[in-house]
Amino acid sequence: MKLNVNNAQHDVDADPRTPLLYVLRGDLKLNAAKFGCGLGQCGACTVLVNGEPVFSCVTPIALLAGKEITTLEGLGTEEHPAPIQQAFIEAQAAQCGYCIPGMMMRAQALLQRNLHAGDADIRAWLEPNLCRCGSHMRILRAVHRAQHILTTAQKGDAG
Amino acid sequence: MSDTGIVISRRAVLAGSGALIFSFSSVAQSPAQENAAPLAAAAPPLPGSLKQSPFLDSWIRIDADGAITVFTGKAELGQGIKTALLQVAAEQMDADFAQLKIVTADTARTANEGYTAGSHSMQDSGTAITHAAAQVRTLLVAQAAQRSGLPADQLKTDNGAVVAPDGRRFGYGDLVAVEILHVQASPQSMLKDPVQYKFLNRRIPRVDIPAKVTGGEAFVQDFRPDGMVHGRIVRPPSYGAVLDSVDTTAVKKMPGVLKVVRDGSFLAVIAEREFQAIEAMRALAAVARWHESAKLPDMAALPAFLAGLPARDIKVIDQQQPAAVNAKMISATYSRPYVSHGSIGPSCAVAQLQDDALTVWTHTQGVFPDRDAIAEMMRMPKDKVRCIHSQGSGCYGHNGADDAAGDAALLARALPGKPVRVQWTREQEHAWEPYGPAMLVKVSAALDDSGKIADWDYAVWSNTHSMRPGPAGALIAARYLAEPFPEPEPKPIPMPEGGGDRNSNPIYKFPSMKVIHHFLPTMPVRVSALRSLGAYMNIFSIESFMDELAAAAGADPVEFRLKHLDDPRAREVVSTAAGRFGWSAKPRAGSPGHGYGFAFARYKNLAAYCAIACEVEVNHETGRARMVRAVAAVDSGQVVNPDGIANQIEGAILQSMSWTLYENVSFDDRRITSVDWATYPILRFSAVPDSMEVHIINRPGTPFLGSGEAGQGPAAAAVANAIANATGYRFRDLPLSSERIKAAIGV
Repeated sequence: MKLNVNNAQHDVDADPRTPLLYVLRGDLKLNAAKFGCGLGQCGACTVLVNGEPVFSCVTPIALLAGKEITTLEGLGTEEHPAPIQQAFIEAQAAQCGYCIPGMMMRAQALLQRNLHAGDADIRAWLEPNLCRCGSHMRILRAVHRAQHILTTAQKGDAG
Repeated sequence: MSDTGIVISRRAVLAGSGALIFSFSSVAQSPAQENAAPLAAAAPPLPGSLKQSPFLDSWIRIDADGAITVFTGKAELGQGIKTALLQVAAEQMDADFAQLKIVTADTARTANEGYTAGSHSMQDSGTAITHAAAQVRTLLVAQAAQRSGLPADQLKTDNGAVVAPDGRRFGYGDLVAVEILHVQASPQSMLKDPVQYKFLNRRIPRVDIPAKVTGGEAFVQDFRPDGMVHGRIVRPPSYGAVLDSVDTTAVKKMPGVLKVVRDGSFLAVIAEREFQAIEAMRALAAVARWHESAKLPDMAALPAFLAGLPARDIKVIDQQQPAAVNAKMISATYSRPYVSHGSIGPSCAVAQLQDDALTVWTHTQGVFPDRDAIAEMMRMPKDKVRCIHSQGSGCYGHNGADDAAGDAALLARALPGKPVRVQWTREQEHAWEPYGPAMLVKVSAALDDSGKIADWDYAVWSNTHSMRPGPAGALIAARYLAEPFPEPEPKPIPMPEGGGDRNSNPIYKFPSMKVIHHFLPTMPVRVSALRSLGAYMNIFSIESFMDELAAAAGADPVEFRLKHLDDPRAREVVSTAAGRFGWSAKPRAGSPGHGYGFAFARYKNLAAYCAIACEVEVNHETGRARMVRAVAAVDSGQVVNPDGIANQIEGAILQSMSWTLYENVSFDDRRITSVDWATYPILRFSAVPDSMEVHIINRPGTPFLGSGEAGQGPAAAAVANAIANATGYRFRDLPLSSERIKAAIGV
């Protein structure tokens, strides 16, 4: 079947019951979405489907025909990081970093719908995602920083 | 161009007839070295891990093009060790930081530095690299002196080159001849004066973060060598279960299945694609028939179970004096359950057997001990097995990493030539990782008329806190093979570092003191090293009890601690945390449901000092406690990366808060029942504090003290003390769950 991942069409030869995570990691060789539980309990596998955060570990590809799938790789690169990536680097918002791509994708979904979300909204929004290293304070700082970067860019565009 | 910062009076390099003679003092001497007899006949020991690997080129190599590679036997676990070690190398070598590369733990390439554990990496590897880099710099300066005909003391180093007074630059790559760095290190080095530091105590961004936030290949989970296939293990349903029978006929016919592997009770499947392996694993598990025999203790009565186990008694401190007259006696009992490491990414490894040589990519904390265990299990010579560290999800001690490496090795043997990737499931990681042991503490103390502690009597019951490889039997798979390897005999870790008794020796000064460790060899539940080992429980207990004693003495908890503390660095850390928190200005009664807590410890009583003050709020209807604010102060010796230390302490506070408020491994009489995040809940964002501050006290030129495990114990006790302050009830059994709090304060 065909999957639209990061604005490119991919022909994927996999059992339609296959969860998206294994197609992203195995067929498309994308690293960012991580296997954490396979149960939709931790958020390490979070990607965007039509802008909504989705647990890719429990989402079969059969459900995804014609939908826009975005992974962390689709936002930016090490050389040209997206605002959310720049913010996480500047805030040094990681210890081991395993949960971080999922955190970033969930945060990205929030900022796309409400750039000015308040601190309480951000915390509530990130509730499904687990971090074991205890990087939470930094993750929150990074999301606020991303808001600042995006807001500044918007003002720049307007001006 | 900056000066190298070498203190002139310490400079004594004599470059004559090709020989270099080192005779200078070190600013980074350990107290033990300082106290050593000056006329001792034996040469002083080499600093840090140079003791085990004395050649300079075991640590630093320079290519002809000037590229510098630093080698460490320690592993990046997400603690930022790559960046910190590069900082110390750049500092002492005056190298260009951006041009430095680092190679981490690899049995074929790096020094054997044992495990990356115990907050030892900066002491061991950081100290070795500090001295190696300084001595390499001295060799390079001597080379430049020979070439330029100038005396060494007229030469400076800057940004990867030796610089002459007339401006001539000799790049390190040009100076380094083939064997120049293949020399043994000297006990002492010409180290920079800390006032000249350019890279230490600097917030240099972590070198590993950019790849991790952009989808780079950052973890062993992301490693995909050509031809890689996917393995999955079918674990027994309970400890020690024997595989009676399994009909593999149908599974072998499933799409993509390459092999079903059975060796005794070790059962696994290998398939071409990952989801095929998962489906085959599920099918195989469904047809496997097991004989179970495990008998697990009653988890509702763990403290009594521990107290009743046969014990080997180890005296930690035995300095008891006759009891003081008119003393007020107080006693308390504390307990903790089994606690899971709970890595977010379940364990993973890739192994390949090629021409009788096995290579394993693993996120183990100890590539050399894991290599030894795998070689023994595979009955292969050690030199035919190579373990390469590749990052995994944070491990926080001995999780399933080593076992997954062993699993991958067995599957690689079943399919020679093919790289086989083994990925554990969430349920396997939760059920099979070796937990932090359950523990019990009983303590009593006497308060004299002046409100000081006159006598202290402390006992701790614990299993071992390390069942790590070395021996093959430390690997789960090895114990289930047709020719099994026995589980190694548990051993206590001796003090001063200790295992179950780590930090059981209070830092406070008491005139009369007894501490005993009841070491428990019986291990019904699989246990091993969890971050900070026994220190978490001992500090939780000591620091909870200090608050109970302060209350009995009518004293402020911070004042009471200072009254028993004479180490000036300890006192400064306590005062800093209290001062920055505004401890003296906190409301006496507190706003309803709010409480304030304080705790302090020096990790192992020989490493980093950490004090934490916090505020919690307790919901009286649900019993739920939440940390609102925390302020920490830490003295980790010479600071390398302040943001790295802050990150470690912030993480320690949040992880410890999660252990302390929510966590216990659950089981019935046979099986582990906490097997995912629903049955083993941990901290989520709704419980994250509003604010957290970490104040770092730098001690320039003093030994590195590490920081990865300094905060866990103090955080636990600070939370417990704040809950006691908020509710008026003292909770002594971990976790301090909402159920327990609600039952006590009931509405």
